Amino acid sequence: MAKVAPEHETETVALARADARAQGGRVADAMPYLPASSTPRPPPGVEPSALTWAETVAGGNYTHKVVARGTRIRLEDVAGQACAHVLLYNALEPWERLNVADTVKIGWQAYLTTGHQLLSGDGRVLATIVADDSGRHDALCGTSTAAANRAKYGDSAPQGPSPSGRELFTLAAAKHGLAPRDLPPSVSFFKGVRVVADGGLDFTGSAGPGKAVELLAELSLIVLIANVPHPVDPSPAYHCGPLRVHAWRSAPTTPADPAWDATPEAHRALLNTADYLAARGL
Amino acid sequence: MSTQTRNAVLDPASYADGTVLDLAGPLVDGGAILLDEVVAARAPWSAVVRLGDILTIVDVGGNQSADCLLYNARDTDERYSVPDTIAWSGNVYVRAGTVLRSNQGNPLATVVANEIDRQDTIGGACGKESNTLRYGHHTAAEHGCRENFLAEAAKYGMGARDIVSNLNWFMNVPIEADGTLGIVDGISGPGKRVAFRAEMDVLVLVSNCPQMNNPCNDFNPTPLRMIVTEGAA
Repeated sequence: MAKVAPEHETETVALARADARAQGGRVADAMPYLPASSTPRPPPGVEPSALTWAETVAGGNYTHKVVARGTRIRLEDVAGQACAHVLLYNALEPWERLNVADTVKIGWQAYLTTGHQLLSGDGRVLATIVADDSGRHDALCGTSTAAANRAKYGDSAPQGPSPSGRELFTLAAAKHGLAPRDLPPSVSFFKGVRVVADGGLDFTGSAGPGKAVELLAELSLIVLIANVPHPVDPSPAYHCGPLRVHAWRSAPTTPADPAWDATPEAHRALLNTADYLAARGL
Repeated sequence: MSTQTRNAVLDPASYADGTVLDLAGPLVDGGAILLDEVVAARAPWSAVVRLGDILTIVDVGGNQSADCLLYNARDTDERYSVPDTIAWSGNVYVRAGTVLRSNQGNPLATVVANEIDRQDTIGGACGKESNTLRYGHHTAAEHGCRENFLAEAAKYGMGARDIVSNLNWFMNVPIEADGTLGIVDGISGPGKRVAFRAEMDVLVLVSNCPQMNNPCNDFNPTPLRMIVTEGAA
């Protein structure tokens, strides 16, 4: 039988092993960087040795990580074409998870930006948005589904040309023992949606390349990220660019921070979080 | 409920002064009545509505939020999705014609008639825990929709993982131009109704909202009437 990949000499185990090992050390456009300190592009002002997560996520792909309380997570829209759909869970009790309705209602604000707390349904803060130079985010439309992507792009296979956010979340969740019923509505970053007077949606799209948003983990979190087109992106083509993820050891919000009592609701959410951690001995 | 209980539930004297109760009736003419129940103030409720049948929800006392979740009755992993409903309809408000979508993008139900300007699906449910953020820790002993949802979901083997963001029939949550949003005075009234047709067999959970700290029920929780009628053959 003719070889279709003659560059690979794999007739014997020894050759196959040598061939496999020769592939190590290569570089791809989208890949994790290990150790994280080896990232080719550490965030400005961050000591590379403090990094705990460094990765470039391709459009149409996903990533996930368990991060410690106090971790600061930076998402960067490299080319202005990423859309980072995010789900967060309390890593200790993952039935506590992002609640988008509480996040917008209790914040009295539908549009996410710096200072907004991402709340669970248990009255605690999962993460705080601590930096944002994009301002184009969405907490209303969630992510895409297989049904939507089949209708819009003709295909939705998770490893096909146009996977949906829900399918990628399903895979990411499974790697933490979580099932499809554990996928609540998500938020997304880098593609804006505004609500017009009659309730209609105005898709404002990207703020351009190089924009970043930073989340501060107020609890230890399971973080799921799907990088797929926004569900109401009007483009008929599946365009989604790379997403750069960096995370590093930092400090959660404390009473010394202005954010501690920025609003009455935010203050009590942080009090509830501190109370939970104190009782657990954390 | 017993006749005595029902009489008390439907006695305006059981509520704030000036309460008017209007039981109305099915919003869509035609089919036989398959189920007709009154949900007491603050109580949960659930039923399976079969494909094609129509559920009318009557706001008996006016401006009473009916927090509502829908599930595929045959596979509750498929359940109501706020963002899919919004993204597919292109509008954050629910009105006649809005298709209520599942987390898989499938139609669970279609709103076939609606007697108020718009219905809410962004305000979510109240709960003992979230009340502490919204109003203070002194409210922790008060009732909440999350408790109602959890209690009712448990009857079907579901738990906290299965309670997601919901619909709020008869609740008013405007979004202002700068994104500011919140629950404000209602735009419903006694006897106002909404009706939706099941697009598959759907399990419907309702919490007749017990909240006493915002205007989602005029600070006066009142009953709901739930009427399931047979759809066109």
